[in-house]
Amino acid sequence: MISLRDVTKSYTTRHGRHQVLRGVNLHIRPGEKVGILGRNGAGKSTLIRIISGAELPDAGSIHRGLAVSWPLAFAGAFQGSLTGLDNLRFVCRVYGADHRKATPFVEEFSELGKFLREPVKTYSSGMRARLAFAMSMAIEFDCFLIDEIIAVGDSRFHAKCEHELFERRKDRAMIIVSHEASRIRQHCDRACVLSDGVIHEFDDVEQAYQLHDASMQ
Amino acid sequence: MTTYQTSSLAASLRIQARVIWALVLREIITRYGRHNIGFLWLFVEPMLFTTGIAALWTAIHATHGSGVPIVPFAITGYAGVLLWRNGVGRCADAVEPNKALLFHRNVRVLDFFFARLLLEIVGATASFLLIASGAIFLGLMKFPADLGQMLAGWMLLAWYALGLGLVVGALSERSELMDRIWHPITYLYFPFSGAGYMVSWLPLKWQKYAEYLPTVNLNEMIRGGYFGGAVEVHFDVFYLIKANLILTLLGLAMVADVSRRVEGE
Repeated sequence: MISLRDVTKSYTTRHGRHQVLRGVNLHIRPGEKVGILGRNGAGKSTLIRIISGAELPDAGSIHRGLAVSWPLAFAGAFQGSLTGLDNLRFVCRVYGADHRKATPFVEEFSELGKFLREPVKTYSSGMRARLAFAMSMAIEFDCFLIDEIIAVGDSRFHAKCEHELFERRKDRAMIIVSHEASRIRQHCDRACVLSDGVIHEFDDVEQAYQLHDASMQ
Repeated sequence: MTTYQTSSLAASLRIQARVIWALVLREIITRYGRHNIGFLWLFVEPMLFTTGIAALWTAIHATHGSGVPIVPFAITGYAGVLLWRNGVGRCADAVEPNKALLFHRNVRVLDFFFARLLLEIVGATASFLLIASGAIFLGLMKFPADLGQMLAGWMLLAWYALGLGLVVGALSERSELMDRIWHPITYLYFPFSGAGYMVSWLPLKWQKYAEYLPTVNLNEMIRGGYFGGAVEVHFDVFYLIKANLILTLLGLAMVADVSRRVEGE
């Protein structure tokens, strides 16, 4: 179970404090797939980063009873002078996973071949994205945070990612942010609308879209 | 299924140790790569410095006719300078290049500092041990009179580097200015640091000011351990502990404050 209680978050801007979250309450049970809807700037990504623990809330509490992933396929944390393999080893060490077990999977899945042993700075953006996605799959999590469905590589590779995540890990919880309504409808059991800094929960994805669409008028 | 419970203190410490170790290994490969002697540079570089200083000071008779043997005087002084100067220097600008790693929940700003400090402390200690052993083996210096006191002094020095590193590291994150002026500060401070003189060589009226400087106390303690009764030393262990405690607590508070700002980006 993941529980957020009265989570608030604001950022300092040149025009004073900008309140993004004003008391968010959210509970995610194991295996649940929850979509988060909201217009641009509603704070969806902020919420994802707070659930992941990459950012701390100003107030409120977060209980993580599940192993929560980092925001999926995040490629920004690669050290360019290190090889793909070095970056993988680092992440495995941080999460207490065995990199000897993860390496064959990443090697195979990312299709990077011998480039896995080359510095990441020599990679194309597509290669980076493939490595990032493969690394996200190499560590076992109970809950995946997905900020926009990853469009990694060509359509064949994209399908492979979808299969790895949504088929092979369909028993895991997922929190999905996407502007593509078809994705949310396809993958989520229920959805929440984030507006004015609070969460409106719906048991049904369609109901959530009704509110979301109304707020977009 | 794996769950990562982070509730107990022991579990948290285990995770932090794991993260710091991961950062240390990452830092070693980033800094030294896999070419030529690789991570051996970690202590070869300070050794070259200390050897150079020992040779230079021998040439210019830097002990001012005090009768203190110059080789151990230079080594005991300069090895310590390298510890605090490099350790603290590496803390300046430790956050910026690593910021993206904060996406991994268990990686915290404090870990960046700890990882770099650990690396510098190990490097400086290894280079000190090697160069001193080498000089003893070659007959350029004697075996220390009081190894225990030297060791205690060295550990207090490492603690001092840690405390000051956190303070300077946090300041450098708050303002780029700190990052730029830290190097000039260390160079200008060097003549006062106690590496190049003994308090007893100073005029009496200056001695009490020198005794306020932690690095002077540390140098005197380490040299007192090495030379034993052969030299007159001025140091106060309780003063050092107090100074280190204050620096460490201040540093931790400042890093906690910086973490909140950094992670909010």
